[in-house]
Amino acid sequence: MHPILETRKLCHVYSQGTPFEQTALHDVDFTAYAGEYLGIIGHTGSGKSTLIQHLNGLLKPTSGQVLFDGTDIWSDPAVTRQTRFQVGLVFQYPEYQLFEETVYKDISFGPKNMKLDEGEIDRRVRQAAEFVGLTEAQLAKSPFELSGGQKRRVAIAGVIAMEPRVLILDEPTAGLDPVGVDAILGNIRDYHQATGATIIMVSHSMEEVARTVERLVVVNDAVIPFSGTPREVFRHGAELETMGLGVPQMTRVFLRLRQLGVDIDPSVYTVEQARDAILAAKGVG
Amino acid sequence: MSGPIIEAQDLRFTYTNAEGVTPIVLDGVSLDIEEGSFVAVLGHNGSGKSTLAKHLNAILLPTGGKVYVAGMDTADQQKLLSIRSTVGMVFQNPDNQIVANVVEEDVAFAPENLGVPSEEIRRRVDEALAMVGMSQYATHAPHLLSGGQKQRVAIAGVIAMRPRCVVLDEPTAMLDPIGRKEVLGTIARLNREYGTTVVLITHHMDEAAQADRLVVMSKGHVIADGPPRTVFQDVEGLKAVGLTVPETTQLLWQLRQAGCDVPLDALSDEECAQVLSDFLTA
Amino acid sequence: MALKDITLGQYFPGNTPIHRLDPRTKILLTLYYIVALFTAEFLLTYALMFLALASGIAISKVGAKTILRGMKPVVLIVVITALLNLFYTPGTPILSFWIFTLTVEGIWAAFFMTVRILMLITGTFLLTYTTSPILLTDGIESLLGPLKKVRVPVHELAMMMSIALRFIPTLIEETDKIMSAQKARGADFETGNLFQKARALVPLLVPLFISAFRRADELAVAMECRCYHGGEGRTRMRQLKYTRADWAVIVLGLLGCIAITVMGHFGL
Repeated sequence: MHPILETRKLCHVYSQGTPFEQTALHDVDFTAYAGEYLGIIGHTGSGKSTLIQHLNGLLKPTSGQVLFDGTDIWSDPAVTRQTRFQVGLVFQYPEYQLFEETVYKDISFGPKNMKLDEGEIDRRVRQAAEFVGLTEAQLAKSPFELSGGQKRRVAIAGVIAMEPRVLILDEPTAGLDPVGVDAILGNIRDYHQATGATIIMVSHSMEEVARTVERLVVVNDAVIPFSGTPREVFRHGAELETMGLGVPQMTRVFLRLRQLGVDIDPSVYTVEQARDAILAAKGVG
Repeated sequence: MSGPIIEAQDLRFTYTNAEGVTPIVLDGVSLDIEEGSFVAVLGHNGSGKSTLAKHLNAILLPTGGKVYVAGMDTADQQKLLSIRSTVGMVFQNPDNQIVANVVEEDVAFAPENLGVPSEEIRRRVDEALAMVGMSQYATHAPHLLSGGQKQRVAIAGVIAMRPRCVVLDEPTAMLDPIGRKEVLGTIARLNREYGTTVVLITHHMDEAAQADRLVVMSKGHVIADGPPRTVFQDVEGLKAVGLTVPETTQLLWQLRQAGCDVPLDALSDEECAQVLSDFLTA
Repeated sequence: MALKDITLGQYFPGNTPIHRLDPRTKILLTLYYIVALFTAEFLLTYALMFLALASGIAISKVGAKTILRGMKPVVLIVVITALLNLFYTPGTPILSFWIFTLTVEGIWAAFFMTVRILMLITGTFLLTYTTSPILLTDGIESLLGPLKKVRVPVHELAMMMSIALRFIPTLIEETDKIMSAQKARGADFETGNLFQKARALVPLLVPLFISAFRRADELAVAMECRCYHGGEGRTRMRQLKYTRADWAVIVLGLLGCIAITVMGHFGL
């Protein structure tokens, strides 16, 4: 696997040299591989937001390096600016960044800043809108006439339209109802499959990351204590609990089941896995 | 439980939006909330649940039907302050409910509006902060608190009115898991230890599962009403209106679909594990 | 980051005698001080007032450093005012080049103006640094109370001010967030000429205004839910009370103010 984004001994200290000095990241070595669907979990204040803002050059490391495709993104101002477009970052509640008169114009803001020609901008806007399920009629509307879930999809399209090789989303489903959550997660999955872009999704819902990502990185107290496949990560159930993160509900049920004396592998984390495990156990027993 | 604190009778609400369309947001909702109960109102966005909430303390007035709070008609302008101090309301975004820049000053806001004497306000503020576990932050600035802490301050600001009922409109939607846990714990304590009637508007299934009674709304109607473990058994019915059920119920339901004989009414992790254990060892 | 470092109008909690004074006392004192500052014309009076100010700062334990840091945003204004005074005050010329003429009067005017502005700012800083915004608005409301009789909406004005103070940190945080989000879409707030820079602010200002309006809406409903219905029949948890120390300070301040005016009159 080819690493597309890496941090080497990344440190970030806020308000350095003042009484409010605070270390948000300490010697963090993080890797995202090309084409993977990665999840980052950590509670508020763990350092995860600081980490993702380094990945596209919004924040400058206090020390350490951020590499995109092997190049230090701070080696040259042109590289830093290019990284902004190559690594798309969708912030939490991105609907609050919409500002244009029409949905179309808002989505084209990023591509315009990339100084692309009109035809290319138009192609990208339409394609991005399609990915998030916006109709032609909605493109002509004011973004402020749309519902909350639709606004969020416009904002995500605004980043997708830059066609970044890495798409980072900070809690893309926060505050949405189950239908809205499924719609957004579906859009992201489709985008991943269609473009092969690397997806990094930040979340604090264990159930949500459990059913979407291939690999998980845990951030806690300014460091990455462990990472791996969801199955590997959820083995650290007790530690995750002390970090205020916990494990998915199915994992908890199976851990409890083992305490009740049932001999079953507790490393399940989705409803489907749990069902299959129970059926298998019943079939054998 | 001593009779209903809130009664909605054939409540209807409609308005004319900018495009001249008149959507029917509430279409004949009848609901009694018993004093001392913990009721969760579940529904997807646009189901009418927030509009219903806003009728419970006269922020909105019905365009048809009636709402009574402790026997007072919410349309009666004379009773407005009594209605609002009987039913307190907490909203989604704690930042937009906190008025003052010192925690205790904010909690004092409602009793000050009600003309409560100074010493009594002091007592109520201290008591309200203790109830939500925020006493040690009394003199802090709200903008420096975490989301969960801010929301607890907002709850304290409401209970300082000594309301008999508190309505919370998606109070955890903007919080992280730690904040959610803090706020839900506070809500449960408010109901169990202090006997305050709680109406929790939410789309989180696991939060709804904590209530004594679950009211499900869709398209301005109440489509299900009963104890959570009964309501959640209708997995397909809930899915049809854009809702899901807790993963525990989902698992048991899927097992039943696969032909296993398991009951559907196990909600908590423990209950579900017990059911599975019984099933596997049977 | 820079936005968060602004200390203008900030409050530093503490429990010094200055902090404990009734806000009304401090507001009155600041008013005396400002009047005195603008009537004083001579070195000795400034020196006396500087002494009063310095002892105030010392007692408040705010620290000279904090005060100096707070000055940063106004340095430019002070320098420009000083330069204007320096070269555009008519009088006895000592030096002349191109269109500039340096006069004796100009030097004095620039010097006094600088001292005045700096002392004015420091004095008001001392007030805001040692008085919580809520007490400050309470104080203003109470002092302006008599105006209610002539239908001035004193309570409403005070409420507006206190809500504005409450939301400043929230809006600063929001500005930071929106800026980052737009930067992530390639917005450039730093380069370009003045016109381009102004245009670059649109993606920041539009969302900020929309959000401020939404907040205002939600806050209004939340306030109604908490039985807010204007100032009528409203009580306060904390009631302002003048102590003996307050009266002493008020009388002393008044005497000082009179003394300085009289001294100025006699050319001291």
